[in-house]
Amino acid sequence: MTGAFTAPHIDWAQLAPVLLVLGAGVIGVLVEAFAPQRVRRPVQLTLTLAATAGALVVLAALWADVRDTGGTVVLGGAMILDGPALVLQGLVALLALVAVLVVADRGAGGAAGQDAFAPQAAAVPGSDYEEVARRQGLAQTEVYPLVLFATGGMMIFPAAGDLLTMFIALEVLSLPLYLLSGLARRRRLLSQEAAMKYFLLGSFASAFFLFGVALLYGFAGSVRLSAIAAATAAVVGLDPLLLAGTLLVLVGLLFKVGAVPFHSWTPDVYQGAPTPITGFMAACTKIAAFGALLRVVYVVAPAIEWDLRRALWTVVIATIAVGTLASLVQTDMKRILGYSAIAHTGFILTGVVALDVRGVSGVMFYLLAYGAAAVGAFAVVTLVREVDADGVVLGEATHLSQWAGLGRRSPWLAGAFAVFMLSFAGIPLTAGFVGKFAVFSAAVDGGATALAVAGVLGSAVAVFFYIRIVVLLFFTDRPADSGHGTVTVVRSEGLTTVAIAVAALATLGLGVLPTPVLDLVGEAARFIP
Amino acid sequence: MTLTHYLVLACVLFAIGATTVLLRRNAIIVFMGVELMLNATNLVLVTFARMHGDLSGQVMAFFVMVVAAAEVVVGLAIIVQIFHTRRSASVDDVNLLKS
Repeated sequence: MTGAFTAPHIDWAQLAPVLLVLGAGVIGVLVEAFAPQRVRRPVQLTLTLAATAGALVVLAALWADVRDTGGTVVLGGAMILDGPALVLQGLVALLALVAVLVVADRGAGGAAGQDAFAPQAAAVPGSDYEEVARRQGLAQTEVYPLVLFATGGMMIFPAAGDLLTMFIALEVLSLPLYLLSGLARRRRLLSQEAAMKYFLLGSFASAFFLFGVALLYGFAGSVRLSAIAAATAAVVGLDPLLLAGTLLVLVGLLFKVGAVPFHSWTPDVYQGAPTPITGFMAACTKIAAFGALLRVVYVVAPAIEWDLRRALWTVVIATIAVGTLASLVQTDMKRILGYSAIAHTGFILTGVVALDVRGVSGVMFYLLAYGAAAVGAFAVVTLVREVDADGVVLGEATHLSQWAGLGRRSPWLAGAFAVFMLSFAGIPLTAGFVGKFAVFSAAVDGGATALAVAGVLGSAVAVFFYIRIVVLLFFTDRPADSGHGTVTVVRSEGLTTVAIAVAALATLGLGVLPTPVLDLVGEAARFIP
Repeated sequence: MTLTHYLVLACVLFAIGATTVLLRRNAIIVFMGVELMLNATNLVLVTFARMHGDLSGQVMAFFVMVVAAAEVVVGLAIIVQIFHTRRSASVDDVNLLKS
């Protein structure tokens, strides 16, 4: 038997964006091991920004080809670089780039001790060791490679052509995020708690995802999405396997997007994680997970739409209801944004369940609009801090009452925050309005009018709530004694200011002139199986 | 003994793992429940690989093992850190984050 080895054909150009980001992550680990303490931060920061920006440039160069040909199947079907995959990868890289700016910020003057990350994550909170690490001005530069690995996983996730690749990408994006959530400098008990909850629930959900993959493999004899889609028509008598497998895979994906009833981790993790990481997670994880969800639903599910319909519709309506109603009674700013993320998941899901080609482009536009506003809003949260009696800046002032009257003292910052809130609310002339219009009209086209009605009702309730925050910022006096300590707005090193400005301009720009971006996502809305 | 028996066994193991996650308090035991679920999945994968006469199921089992090992590294790091801080690994004690 002389089977000559045939080397597989690999389209390196199509893989370049992902390889660039993951490669930079590996180099970042080497830098961590060999570079002296002083130079680590500038090197890591440059590397991270260069890798994400480089990935964006390569994606832009690949765009014309994908638009003309519809896309390429790479690595023998393990990855599919079609229009939606390319656009979603671009969104992940773009928002990761903005989020890294917030991650890197150390406050005005660049002195150590004001960044968001623990000086020594292994030190027990409150111990002498931690105090020594703090006084020596240690800083965690491991954050940058971890963010890069997570970004790499997020870029593979929406492009995965088979369920095994999708599972690996899910873990590659999740594992760094579990660690990053536990690295906060202040309120470390909350942060560690968030990491543990996220980890235990996340691995529980990925076990369900994997079991679903195994059942689908049993059904179709392959985990390639196109093969499963073909088998839905050809294989008879194994319908329970197909249905159970699809449902379990959807459970894993719906957990990642934070849909009810798999949402319980969202507010806790959003509140406990370091705020720059929360912003990164809120924007980029959502984009990646919705990308994978779109691919599974649009490639595999059409054949069994009737069986899945009731379950998916229930999830959508429950997500909108829980997200909007629960956020009404919260008092912690990060938790409010967490519940608002759940509500937005519900709105985006209406476009996914629509099973209409306009739904894909609507979802992609909504993800960009939501991601920009989320990164910006969490960046603003990092700057509003508590001070003690001696004027020492402490942690973030997250209680709602501490934000009263912020517009009088920092009009620009409060103005930017108001823009993000209005975009979340879906007020015209912001990106959120265009996004909501796109997904709801796709839902009506796809015959899911009930969902569109639920979405509009949910948005109406949410408007009241976001406007209340805007009123609090600009038209409420600071209470004489709120019992929550004095509040100040710290000056950023410059990086966060850039991130907030970019996010605010994007939010307004996409609201006033959405046509170029809508055209772009409209051209990129076809999945190749 | 047919191959179906292996599938039934795998489902039973998966259910035991899921129940462990939901009912036990110690984070390490909860995590062992997750590992049991992953290993039950491996059994399903190799059984289906045998049924279909297709090797990719066995390859997938290897991938799952590697991922499970990576998950152990991250998970134990987080759980040990919590234990150092609180002298307890009970998931019921971890309740500062509430609405």
